[in-house]
Amino acid sequence: MGDQGSSWLPDAMSSVARDVDALFNFVLIVSTILFAAVIVSTIYFVIRYRRRSDQYVPERIKESKWLEAAWIILPTILTMIIFTWGFRVFITLSTPPPDSYQITVRAKQWFWEFEYSEGATSTSDLYVPVGKPIKLLMSSGDVIHSFFVPEFRIKHDVIPNRYTSVWFEATEVGEYRIYCTEYCGQQHSMMLGMVRVVTQEEFDDWLDEQSQDLPPVELGERLFTQYNCQVCHATDGSRLIGPPLNGLFGITREFDDGMTAVADDNYLRESIVNPGAKVVAGYPNAMVATYGSLSTKQIDALVAYLKSLE
Amino acid sequence: MTEMTPSVSGNSGTVNYLNHDKSIKSWLLTRDHKRIGIMYLVAISLAFLAGGIMAMLIRLELLSPGETIMGPDAYNQAFTIHGVLMIFAFIIPALPAILGNFVIPMQLGAKDVAFPRINLLSFYLYLGGAVITLSALLVGRIDGGWTFYAPYSVQVGDSILFVTMGVFVMGFSSILTGLNFIVTIHKMRAPGLTWNRLPLFVWSIYATAIVQVLATPVIAITVILLFLERLLGIGIFDPALGGDPVLFQHFFWFYSHPAVYVMILPAFGIISDLIGAFSRHRIVGYRFVALSSIAIAFLGFLVWGHHMFVSGQSALASTVFSLITYLIGIPTGVKIINWISTMYRGSVQLRTPMIYALIFLFTFSIGGFTGIMLGVLAVDVHLHDTYFIVAHFHYTMLGGNVIAALGGLHFWWPKMTGKMFNETLGRIAAGLIFIGFNLTFFPQFIAGSRGMPRRYFDYPSEFVGLNVLSTYGSWIMAAGFFLIAGYLLFSLFKGKKAPANPWGALTLEWTHTASIPEPHNFTVTPVVTRGAYDYHLVPEFYAGPSSGDGSSAGLATQEVAPETTHEK
Ligand code: HEC
Ligand SMILES: [Cu+2]
Repeated sequence: MGDQGSSWLPDAMSSVARDVDALFNFVLIVSTILFAAVIVSTIYFVIRYRRRSDQYVPERIKESKWLEAAWIILPTILTMIIFTWGFRVFITLSTPPPDSYQITVRAKQWFWEFEYSEGATSTSDLYVPVGKPIKLLMSSGDVIHSFFVPEFRIKHDVIPNRYTSVWFEATEVGEYRIYCTEYCGQQHSMMLGMVRVVTQEEFDDWLDEQSQDLPPVELGERLFTQYNCQVCHATDGSRLIGPPLNGLFGITREFDDGMTAVADDNYLRESIVNPGAKVVAGYPNAMVATYGSLSTKQIDALVAYLKSLE
Repeated sequence: MTEMTPSVSGNSGTVNYLNHDKSIKSWLLTRDHKRIGIMYLVAISLAFLAGGIMAMLIRLELLSPGETIMGPDAYNQAFTIHGVLMIFAFIIPALPAILGNFVIPMQLGAKDVAFPRINLLSFYLYLGGAVITLSALLVGRIDGGWTFYAPYSVQVGDSILFVTMGVFVMGFSSILTGLNFIVTIHKMRAPGLTWNRLPLFVWSIYATAIVQVLATPVIAITVILLFLERLLGIGIFDPALGGDPVLFQHFFWFYSHPAVYVMILPAFGIISDLIGAFSRHRIVGYRFVALSSIAIAFLGFLVWGHHMFVSGQSALASTVFSLITYLIGIPTGVKIINWISTMYRGSVQLRTPMIYALIFLFTFSIGGFTGIMLGVLAVDVHLHDTYFIVAHFHYTMLGGNVIAALGGLHFWWPKMTGKMFNETLGRIAAGLIFIGFNLTFFPQFIAGSRGMPRRYFDYPSEFVGLNVLSTYGSWIMAAGFFLIAGYLLFSLFKGKKAPANPWGALTLEWTHTASIPEPHNFTVTPVVTRGAYDYHLVPEFYAGPSSGDGSSAGLATQEVAPETTHEK
């Protein structure tokens, strides 16, 4: 029973989202009223007390101590209410329930990897069951990233060499976008992911399926998009940031240092795990080195997929 | 500019600070605070122009998702150059260095600042730092934004060292300027100018100077640590070397949050002066406004952590930072009430500078209220690092500092140049900027609260409409700025000659200096017998037929010290 959201906020799809929204709306309404008061009184004074004669010098107004005290004390009370309220919701936001299901998150330039307690893994897509508190234990493989899901109203930085965590409980089945909100380099705005909220049965099925083996080419194709290879590589022969990868297997490549090599299995493998070793002539050495951490199985799958491309 | 209007102080000489020596050398080596202020005006305006062009490119790129006019690398560099220039080369120095330099000694009844040579040194440090920074940004192709978060920033290449080096050098300029003002304000006030009689601009520059002197060394230390890390491989911030990237954020905000007050406190001072002068009323709660600036300057050191609610600092620390943030927010809110109530039963005149003061009340209030929103712990989690933040700080910085700066520039322009600008064009430009500004940044609040992250080259299609509005707004705003530049430059050549006190204000730079001030400001040291805003004490000052510029009654209530201190 998610909220429809407003023109200000996206739909509220987690258990805490509506508490956050109530607070947001309260501050918004109070601010709007006070702001209107500021503007109306300014306009009124400007018109009512406009200068009618250059010679006129207004009397000095006696300042009232009481009035002055009032407009210090009233805002103080108001802000303390807001502070206390915000503090209570913040505590909820930062305390995962003890029965949370834990998923490990690894952020890298420029994708998200998720590892489930059953050993299953996924990239870019985070599968979670609906109505169950989920705790994400997060760390980064390179620079600082930040995990943000607007519909859940949660966000937390993901830092190298340190674990941070965030939790949520999705209230409705659906798909919600994950953004990276800490600048992390060239493809920062493409470091997107998707939370796929499914029913508990679907989630269990998915976990089972993950443990079964996909044929390598199919797995490779899936990894190719999950790891954002397609951002830099086309498979239809066109030039992006990197060279197109179709029909690569078996042909002779030329490198920026003038050397050449035949694109065999080893070359493909090396190009993925250590892209700087041989840089294709005419292209920048712009491929990220983070793929070195892929598992052997994943790399085999990618190589198999690349070989299959005509 | 060879002739000069007789000043209200009775001086009818023809020598003023602009014409007493016209050689280039006399400008480059000047120790006159007014000339240094003008040189800052030129240099800092160029920095603003460069930063502004970057802003226009950014908005143009965001007109549609994906690549519009440039690729991600160029975009990431553009917003970095925009941020670094606008923050370090424009907004931090702008008000203290331009208007502070030009106005403060005159408002104090002094001949110059306490250390004129150091003042000139500050200028060249600024210039050198700005040039180093800009060239490193362009040559080194640096991205990552003005915050330089480690470890990303330490991986982008060695030129980061030159950028931070430039920031370091500009920092020294800031420290020296602050030091100069503190001493000047303590030691060089005219006889009778007690602390209670000071214009609020002086108070605000004093508070600003405290922050400049105390906070800037922290960024210097941070930069040195960054150097040590890069050059000697000592792990401080980079986790690969065993350092802690969050430590960098602590250091960074420990400087950069107080720096926010360097940007906004002088703006408060200017707004007070403007609203006082154009309402002919004493600022309500004068003492409160003055002292709260000082309080804000100190409290400002204790809230850096509110930039880090989601960065992994402890929840307890976040709570404390949030609480102190509110303590600062309250006096700021009270000031807005003070300014509005100053107009109550006043005599309000809507000249261009006053229009900027009113725009300030509008835009800065929105900046303030959204700041309260961001200070709410739970809500900040959602809004942090989205366009809501971008909109918020543009409402406070551009809508606060820059709008006040424009008000101040128009207010003191006749004193700087001896020329009046075209009032009609002034109002039109103010209108363009008001409309353009709100059209640019208001949609960003909505985009941000709906989830659009900042520093995004590409964005989902649901945000297209809001981004298009924003880009259109930036064009209107740019038109406003170019119009201002146009009529101000035009006024230099063709403008009407300005009387010594065109606004009928009561601070010393208006009542006691010539239309274009003399090289040493005052023929005789003024003696002050009333507060900066005690309009009600001098009705005879405005009694004459041609008043409004207050020139009719001369110095009715201000005596002149017998001994003359003027030397040519
Ligand atoms: C940031 C852009 C980028 C991403 C993302 C990227 N690459 Fe590359 N890639 C490049 C560039 C640029 C080159 C050419 C320079 C070089 O050889 O290092 C390249 C070269 C290659 C080559 C050698 C091509 C040839 O013509 O010999 C292979 C194979 C390759 N990439 C595979 C991949 C795979 C698989 C992925 C995803 C796991 C991937 N790349 C992700 C930019 C990228
Ligand atoms: Cu990222």
